[in-house]
Amino acid sequence: MSEGFNLDIVNPEKSFLSKENVSEVVVPAYEGEMGILKDHIPIISFLKPGIIKVISSSEEHNFYVEDGIVEFKDNTLSILTSSIFDIKNANKKHVSDEIQKTEKELNKDDLNDQKRFLLNHKVEILKSISIN
Amino acid sequence: MASLDDLKKRISSVKSTQKITKAMKMVAAAKLRRAQESAERGRPYSEKMNNIILNLSSGVSDKENAPKLLSGTGDDKVHLCVVLTADRGLCGGFNSNIIKKAKSYFQKISDTGKTLKIITVGLKGYDQLKRLYQDKIIENISFKESKNANYFDADKVGKIIIEKFENNEFDVCTIFYNQFKNVITQIPQEQQIIPLKTEEKDNKSSDENYEFEPDEDEILGNLLPKNISTQIFKAMLENSASEQGSRMSAMDNATRNAGEMVDKLTIEYNRSRQAAITKELIEIISGAESL
Repeated sequence: MSEGFNLDIVNPEKSFLSKENVSEVVVPAYEGEMGILKDHIPIISFLKPGIIKVISSSEEHNFYVEDGIVEFKDNTLSILTSSIFDIKNANKKHVSDEIQKTEKELNKDDLNDQKRFLLNHKVEILKSISIN
Repeated sequence: MASLDDLKKRISSVKSTQKITKAMKMVAAAKLRRAQESAERGRPYSEKMNNIILNLSSGVSDKENAPKLLSGTGDDKVHLCVVLTADRGLCGGFNSNIIKKAKSYFQKISDTGKTLKIITVGLKGYDQLKRLYQDKIIENISFKESKNANYFDADKVGKIIIEKFENNEFDVCTIFYNQFKNVITQIPQEQQIIPLKTEEKDNKSSDENYEFEPDEDEILGNLLPKNISTQIFKAMLENSASEQGSRMSAMDNATRNAGEMVDKLTIEYNRSRQAAITKELIEIISGAESL
């Protein structure tokens, strides 16, 4: 038996990442960050804007996601998302554009609290990426 | 018999047509490869999405309060049909096959006295349907500007559908598209997306006890609209692969037929040229003899 579990990240256009033997994944789940280890109970949840941390024995990867769904079952973690990028190759311009867009959206009046919270959160995360 | 000049003109015109069809075939073949690849790459996403929804919906204990996108409005009066076609012609039976399938479904709907509403995606479908169903078409969308099928476009269509559903504009939604099997076979499909048809599945995986965060209903409520867009995106990917495949084989046929035609015309041209020469010779000889 291997020590880790399988990770599949897919977006609608292609399979983004497929990895075996991952020891831990931290996902920004809807109700707070959630670390997933091997033999986790089957779970379905969705994501809010944040950073997915993929930890395997040798390395650690960080990805930014905006929304998506996670499913864990039979030691396979599937993450379905339409917006994801690797923080290492993040395009600075893209990030700052995204921040501006979100801030513009924040200035609209017809937002409910939940949405406002999510947008605020998104800006925060994006800013922290652009600093690094 | 046509004169030599006429034949010559026809030969050259058929030859240039052949050049065009050959070029179109090459382009379609190159595009087909790309479309096929992206269709294959897109498959895992829609499959996973489907799986999750199946697992979720089989776990819904309270059928009464299930989201309407899953269980339907409880009515069956207004049918919305989304017909996905190409923006361009010259691709064999690709567009007509979808339209044929859709028309027979429309017939069934109007025969049973239900109301029909149509959304066309793609110019060709609109062109073919507007004569018969002008008053039924409520929306006509085209993505002529986008080069490849992309999720962003599919999401737009999905949002339109969901908005209409939430305004109670229809009860059942069906999409029509061509499924890509191989270059020569594309199968026109009708697929009902609202309410979602969940196939009966074996009980093996449904005993799986999932933990939900937040609760089931909220996840389903969030997931189902996404699934609509995903299904439409899948249909668009299949469609674009089918379109290129169908165009490729149509253009291949056209090139071959043009080749045959050139051969036939060339033989005819040579025959009549020879006949003309023989005729002239006979005239000269008989003229000389009579002297």
